Amino acid sequence: MADAGIASIDLPRGSLLRAALRSPSFVAGAIVTLLFVGIALLSFVWTPYDFAAQDIPNKLHAPTAAHWFGTDQYGRDVFSQILVGARTSLAVALIAVTVGVGVGVPLGLWAAARRGTLLDETIMRLNDLVFAFPALLIAILITAVFGPSATNAVIAIGIFNIPVFARLSRAAALSIWTRDFILAARVAGKGATRISLEHILPNILNTLVVQITIQFSLGILAEAALAYVGLGAQPPTPSWGKMLADSQTLISLAPHLAIIPGVAIVLTVLGLNLMGDGLRDIFDPRLQRSRQ
Amino acid sequence: MSTYLLGRLGSLVISLLVASIVIFLILEVVPGDPAQFMLGMNAQPDTLAALREQLGLDQPAFSRYVTWLFGMLHGDLGISYTYKTPVTELVLQRLGVSLPLAVLSLSLTILIAFPAGILAAAKRNSRTDFAVMGVTQFGVAVPNFWFAILLVWVFAVILHWFSAGGFPGWDKGLWIGLRSLILPAIALALPQASILARVMRSALLDTLEEDYIRSARARGLSQRATLWRHAVRNALIPVLTIVGLQFAFLLAGAIIIENVFFLPGLGRLIFQGITQRDLIVVKSVVMLLVFAVILVNFLVDLSYIAVDPRLRRR
Repeated sequence: MADAGIASIDLPRGSLLRAALRSPSFVAGAIVTLLFVGIALLSFVWTPYDFAAQDIPNKLHAPTAAHWFGTDQYGRDVFSQILVGARTSLAVALIAVTVGVGVGVPLGLWAAARRGTLLDETIMRLNDLVFAFPALLIAILITAVFGPSATNAVIAIGIFNIPVFARLSRAAALSIWTRDFILAARVAGKGATRISLEHILPNILNTLVVQITIQFSLGILAEAALAYVGLGAQPPTPSWGKMLADSQTLISLAPHLAIIPGVAIVLTVLGLNLMGDGLRDIFDPRLQRSRQ
Repeated sequence: MSTYLLGRLGSLVISLLVASIVIFLILEVVPGDPAQFMLGMNAQPDTLAALREQLGLDQPAFSRYVTWLFGMLHGDLGISYTYKTPVTELVLQRLGVSLPLAVLSLSLTILIAFPAGILAAAKRNSRTDFAVMGVTQFGVAVPNFWFAILLVWVFAVILHWFSAGGFPGWDKGLWIGLRSLILPAIALALPQASILARVMRSALLDTLEEDYIRSARARGLSQRATLWRHAVRNALIPVLTIVGLQFAFLLAGAIIIENVFFLPGLGRLIFQGITQRDLIVVKSVVMLLVFAVILVNFLVDLSYIAVDPRLRRR
């Protein structure tokens, strides 16, 4: 795989940061992402209004100085809901990615350490199988069966992150296993587990980081879709997808309700994708050359 | 080549078997008794028992699985608990909406993505390339259901060009039926086209660096001829893989989009099945969709052989 090349670039820490700051897409993406992480954290300590407080006389107001993003059909402050919704969105995607990395990477490393054996074959075929399922369809099935909730959305999205990380870390690890320094480590008497943790893992981190940003943004889209069909976080917990679902029948009266949560989703996903693109360019100079 | 084919066929069958087991098991743990759901809370215990026997719910799980599996092999998907009609009949009805929608959106995806991707790669680092990459970067980030809501707002609510949702049926005329599928198809296609255009571009850029491209140019072939005769064809393998995967996305994405537009397709059938505890419908339709996805991926693998002659010799 082309990805294997990424793992073998060893940049010193300082120059990595400098390279990152020179990449416009990384900088733009990082700023947007940090902004949304910031507002998600901010929502724990401050929102302009109580996000669930109803104020029926002031319902469906367009954005004003008092309500920056207007109010919804119950007179709730949309800006406050967006802030708290960022928390839901990022938390679901973050945990789902953690599940994928936590299970997938060890599986991939294990398969690479035992490459060519029955174990390797079994792990990879199981991965292929999960890949064959239309992810969103099974996520809908899981959340529908076990009840709609943010937790079940996390599990449903997380399961499909596992084979992504398993396959990627196996491929990247395989190329490291052929290197001389691994041979040296083996001669020194280190076991497969220790080599995987001490030498393989640090060398495939770059590849993993790029994939993490991609899966993170896919997780946000998946959470929004599940919430939109009513299978994500349940009211009163605000979620961007649910806000969009509620806005649909009110679109001629209050278009801002349909526009604002959508823009929030797009910006978050865009930020993460730009960051991923920037990181890929930095980690893989070969790719960068071909783009110039 | 025949071993390659046999191997792929074997893994196709195993995938389908495991998929059927997983789907069956997930739905086994669903709380609630379909017989109770059909008869209501005040049902007599003996009527309930009779219905359970009639539906085969009193059988052990394994025998119900085998009955379901063999039924499907004969095209018998069971009887819907709520509609009281064969699921096969329901599926065929709903396919009349879902299949045209999938075909329409996949065609749109390819029609947009191929020219955009080829143009961007051919004019690499030009303003055109920059514009295509910028627009697709956005397209990848847009959730299709949000895009659908915006389309409804602009083209149905403000401009009144299309209806906001619903499906009048094909018997009202081809154009009337097609018209109600246009907005849903665009909503499904645009995000997918963005992904595909980016894949097409980078696959083309990769092949343009190959030695045979340089030799083709050295032989005096024009840039345009090299692009079309050599590069595009060789870039098709990764592109076809993504088209195959996108079919899966289109099926699953259609579930959401059918809900936005209130289209009576397979996706809404699954949703209604879930809310009405019509498990046989959910089980069979999900299995059918998974089958479609696995089959398409298999066909994509086969198409590699058609595109890449080197694979034929294996």
